[in-house]
Amino acid sequence: MTENEMHFEYLLRLGDNCAILGQRLAEWCGKAPVLEEELALMNVGLDLIGQARLLLDHAGKVEGAGRDEDKLAFFRDTQEWRNLLLIEQPNGDFAKTMARQMFFDCFQYLQFEALLDSSDKTLSEIAAKSLKEITYHRRHSTNWVIRLGDGTEESHEKMQAAIDELWGFVPEMFDMDEVEDAMVAAGIGADVNALRPRWDEMINSILEEATLKRPEDTWSVRGSRVGKHSEHLGFLLAEMQFLPRAYPDAKW
Amino acid sequence: MVSDPMQVLEPVYDEENVKKILEMVKDPEIPVLAIEDMGIVRDIEFEEGGVQVSIMPTYSGCPAMDVIAEDVRSALLLHGYKKIEVKTVLSPAWSSDFITDKGKKCLQEYGIAPPVSAGSKGAMLGIDPVGCPQCKSTNTRVVSEFGSTACKALYKCDDCLEPFDYFKCV
Ligand SMILES: [Zn+2]
Repeated sequence: MTENEMHFEYLLRLGDNCAILGQRLAEWCGKAPVLEEELALMNVGLDLIGQARLLLDHAGKVEGAGRDEDKLAFFRDTQEWRNLLLIEQPNGDFAKTMARQMFFDCFQYLQFEALLDSSDKTLSEIAAKSLKEITYHRRHSTNWVIRLGDGTEESHEKMQAAIDELWGFVPEMFDMDEVEDAMVAAGIGADVNALRPRWDEMINSILEEATLKRPEDTWSVRGSRVGKHSEHLGFLLAEMQFLPRAYPDAKW
Repeated sequence: MVSDPMQVLEPVYDEENVKKILEMVKDPEIPVLAIEDMGIVRDIEFEEGGVQVSIMPTYSGCPAMDVIAEDVRSALLLHGYKKIEVKTVLSPAWSSDFITDKGKKCLQEYGIAPPVSAGSKGAMLGIDPVGCPQCKSTNTRVVSEFGSTACKALYKCDDCLEPFDYFKCV
């Protein structure tokens, strides 16, 4: 891959996380446990979709092949998506949605904080804008993990089960590969591997306050970087992409 | 000379004049607040007989931005400008500190508590007290950090018991 191709690939990774998580959160519309929470989930989802638009728009320009944000969001198949496997996991119950969110919010916070120094000026501007939003997201998901973990016996059990279920998706967030290495070397990307200790610190203190157990590192899965996704992504894309694919000239 | 009611307005290529026109463009979600007072107009530039207005989004996903851009365009068209470009700029990232004092007063009167200074970490962390726009009591609490739009949080006043919106600090 040329450096430009890697730059494009890198931006897709960042943007795809936001796009897919935003779509996942939108699935809660009309089904959230309480009205305030419904608003919160839609707000967080909307922020993420906004971030995705900025990142994919930028990715399209870097690629230089004439693909805009919509083209990238609606006309790529499963194997072409670069979001983390964690992100595409189904919402499950509210505990699972919050556990997934808290894992990602903490990660995204650290990653975007590091991207403030990116030599890609547009990327550092997007990071600065997004970081203000992520600050709110992270506090929201963290509060829920603590409240449910340190809540009733039942909520505690459900939150622990959610943390346990998603734990194997964590290592992929911090993987380095050819693209990540090259982007760090070029001053564009953030060294995610170096962020792991701070993420662990955050998570440990949240779990402790929530009276939850940190799971053992047993299994882990990877594959999103090369387009190997879980079967869940296909269903999500089928819903998300249906309209623009059925009516490619639709305007809204 | 008889003045023609259908006369086309001659645009004035002057920043103050454009600002006056933009006074009429309100935030579609908070119709009392002019976008100027919201602090989202970053730049007004003139080039080759055209005008370029740069606006900053409040939130990445703010759905009002497209409407605002359209409203800016039509307000300027109405005043005779022809070549109009409305650009979205990300830097500097919009901050609730950019809301003018007049804007804060408008919010307050409309029943939305204006943002406490974003400069203080306490405001961002939700520690600084937020005043109730109805009775001015600071005996208030957060119901949810996410409200009816991305820029607002949901509060409740424990004195007059009214729920209210708070314009978040970012
Ligand atoms: Zn009150």
